[in-house]
Amino acid sequence: MSGLIGKKIGMTSVMTEAGQNVACTLLEVGPCAVTQIKTKEKDGYEAVQLAYGDKKEKNVSNPLLGHFKKAGVTPKAKLVEFKTFENGLQVGQEVAAADVLAEGDFVDVVGTSKGKGFQGVVKRYNFGGVGQATHGQHNRLRAPGSIGACSTPSRVFKGMRMAGRMGGERVKVQNLQVLKVLSDKNLVLVSGSVPGSKSSIVILEK
Amino acid sequence: MSDLIKLIEAEYLSKVQENEKIDLSFKAGDNVNVYVNIKEGNKERTQLFAGTVIQRKNPNTNGETFTVRKISNGIAVERIFPVICSSIEKIEVTRRGKVRRARLYYLRDRMGKSARVKEKIVRKSK
Repeated sequence: MSGLIGKKIGMTSVMTEAGQNVACTLLEVGPCAVTQIKTKEKDGYEAVQLAYGDKKEKNVSNPLLGHFKKAGVTPKAKLVEFKTFENGLQVGQEVAAADVLAEGDFVDVVGTSKGKGFQGVVKRYNFGGVGQATHGQHNRLRAPGSIGACSTPSRVFKGMRMAGRMGGERVKVQNLQVLKVLSDKNLVLVSGSVPGSKSSIVILEK
Repeated sequence: MSDLIKLIEAEYLSKVQENEKIDLSFKAGDNVNVYVNIKEGNKERTQLFAGTVIQRKNPNTNGETFTVRKISNGIAVERIFPVICSSIEKIEVTRRGKVRRARLYYLRDRMGKSARVKEKIVRKSK
């Protein structure tokens, strides 16, 4: 799995040659700096560590600052490891969007979904609600219903789906097609939607 | 909207804007002829849809659409076209309308004489 780190810019739509209007998301991908190359001998597994996004030096902790200085790059906001990258990368090197992605490729995109706050079960788990507004229902239209039996087991099972905080979690969307790669501006246009708000950090896995 | 998105959209928009057959100068209230390519089996032919533009939505973006309303055999028909659409062959403006608003939804409640739009007399520039 090779990949890159980027930023979500926003959505638009594009007319394909077949005459279909496709919703798509514009991502700014890279340039990512190689900060570490992990080897089987030293670390027990092989991986390439990439870094993306600028961060002020005063906001970076000392151990991380040392890590960046060792690699010879400026402090970055996000570090991600990718397992199978093509060989020949060196620490301190920059990886651009066009080096990894080409038009027509299928990628998985990982992001942090938008926070929805405290939500009930109808929105959070797609419960049906009561389904009726009459026949004695006056205040329980979106209630979850029963959450278990009575004296056996006399407790609520773990993992019971209930109301609570929704969103703000890691979400992966699979098989988005790369429609366009603008190498000079490091922009990538992928079909479909991508989790997270505008300017949130996303990881592209190929 | 982000400048970077405009950059992407400009490529698709310019194709339509540079197409001489497609006149995009119309506004709400204008009468237009829209020639649409339709497929029937293996044959392809061009169909005319002529009527009054009642709105243009999301202008200057890839998602821009316009709604054309016409009265066909006493029944009102509205059709929504995307501006960027490969099946639109040609757009002609036949009449300029004089209107005070951008969305002419009020035409839907009117029939006959009261559903007319005044013509805008465009003076030729000297």
